[in-house]
Amino acid sequence: MVGGVCIKFGDSVNTDVIIPGRYLISIDPLELAEHAFEPLGPEVQQQLRRSQVVVAGINFGCGSAREQAASCLVGAGVKAVVAKSFARVFFRNSINTGLLAVACPEAVDALADGSEVLIDTTSGTVTVGDQAFRFDPYPESLQRILDAGGLIPYVARYVLSAGEVKENG
Amino acid sequence: MGKTFAEKILARAAGLPEASTGQVVDVYPHLIMSHAASWRCIKTLEKLGTDKLYDVDRIAMVMDHNSPARTAKTAADQKLCREFAEQKGIAKFYDIDAGIAHVVLIEDGYVRPGMVLIGTDSHSTIYGALGAAGSGVGFSEVTAAWVSGFLWMKVPDSIKVVIDGPLALGTTAKDVMLKLIGDLTADGATYCSVEFHGSYIQGLSISERMTLCNLAMELGCKFAYVPPDEVTRAYLSERGVKPTDYQEIHPDPDATYIKTLVIDGSQLQPQIACPHTVDNVKPISAVAGKKVDQVFIGSCTNAKYEDLAQAASILKGRKVAPGVRLIVTPASKNILERIIKEGIYATFLESGALLTNPGCGACAGDGGAMADGEVTLSTANRNFQGRMGSYSAEIYLGSPLVAAATAIRGVITDPREFLSKEG
Repeated sequence: MVGGVCIKFGDSVNTDVIIPGRYLISIDPLELAEHAFEPLGPEVQQQLRRSQVVVAGINFGCGSAREQAASCLVGAGVKAVVAKSFARVFFRNSINTGLLAVACPEAVDALADGSEVLIDTTSGTVTVGDQAFRFDPYPESLQRILDAGGLIPYVARYVLSAGEVKENG
Repeated sequence: MGKTFAEKILARAAGLPEASTGQVVDVYPHLIMSHAASWRCIKTLEKLGTDKLYDVDRIAMVMDHNSPARTAKTAADQKLCREFAEQKGIAKFYDIDAGIAHVVLIEDGYVRPGMVLIGTDSHSTIYGALGAAGSGVGFSEVTAAWVSGFLWMKVPDSIKVVIDGPLALGTTAKDVMLKLIGDLTADGATYCSVEFHGSYIQGLSISERMTLCNLAMELGCKFAYVPPDEVTRAYLSERGVKPTDYQEIHPDPDATYIKTLVIDGSQLQPQIACPHTVDNVKPISAVAGKKVDQVFIGSCTNAKYEDLAQAASILKGRKVAPGVRLIVTPASKNILERIIKEGIYATFLESGALLTNPGCGACAGDGGAMADGEVTLSTANRNFQGRMGSYSAEIYLGSPLVAAATAIRGVITDPREFLSKEG
């Protein structure tokens, strides 16, 4: 169960708005978080820091394949993204970096900016106030990656026979 | 029931007799491309604590963004890649002089019909120009594929786009795609495989097929595909790739598509994508006269030889408008060599253009930045806010013909004004 206060965006929020290309020289989520949503101005950036869930309309994360669009949100303390739909590369990057991405249009409609939201992957529900909305379960191969905490820990555990992940410096 | 291109190619790459839409399969890509993100993959590999690679011959590394390095950090990142490639014996390593990954891999015959390719770049859909399935992924995913050889893919739904040709005067594959993106919107093909068919496609150059498949990404697609034909075979043959070196995949006539769209090329007008989204598309008549500060002819979409030749055909004997900056960035070293030989380079120079080294250049925010409130007309594939300098600057997207006409007039200009005079 993850959740908290949400920050709500509109449709087709693109990767250059989430994390401008000039900052891709870093792969440190905390460093990247400093610049998350920078094109939208400091107020949005400050609100992001106070939020645990990003809520958005259709096609969230469209554009570039940059994985930092997901990891910068992780660095900003975001635990999950609930959107009406996702761009496919963002969706993959999100799961691969351990950021929960849930497509649930009804929940998005029910959520106001700054309100509280809870996501339960076990029961497949997004809870907004006293309303609960269902979302489709992940395919099995994807659930395994999520359960491992992301793609790299998954590869370490299941693909590399002697695999151990070194501490993330 | 017939099968689509996506169903057939993913079944083959997963080693299965068949696969159907919605099925999740483990796919073994034939080529794994990484560009500026390569150093992130190497660092991630270090974190994994292994140096075991599944198949080094499937790895391609191209230093195309931020080249040559402008900072010590980028120089160090590129050095890491160079040394890694040397140490691991990565033969398909291209240094800062080569050009844009997508273009150089196709030029060198590494992209062939029936292949599955992944790359750390969303525009990897471009490989569909050769009848291959290309898709963008993040750097962790590329690292994982280096080690394991595979990644999961869901077999996507397919959309059939039928383009009837020939196209109207002054229009190109760029205009076809901008029109399509405007009509379908930026998520019009999310997670789908987009197949291009129709009389326009038959005999179409590989260059224009690349533009179609590159821009299909802006519909959110997973793959784009043009059926291989004589043009494909001839292109590969020129590069020493024989038909026995690849297996073409063609969809069945009775395959199932979730949508079929028909575009009448004869009715097409030049199209412009307005700020700040690629699907904010208008016919050129609606934006003609808009003042620009800069024109950029570059990117994997529209800086190929044919694109530059088209732009030069309008610029020949004319000058760039006073106060306008025209930046031309050829997509690859091969293209640069060819335009020098054919006098196209000289045409650009004489017109007042600045020519840069091959690579991604201003499209990836490397040079060509704009000040607050400035406007660029670009031949690239994205016009997102802040992509070229200031967050308050604006990017309009159009074809190389539109770019050339606009550079001459200093305002967004319909290229047919120049073409009809000469025709």
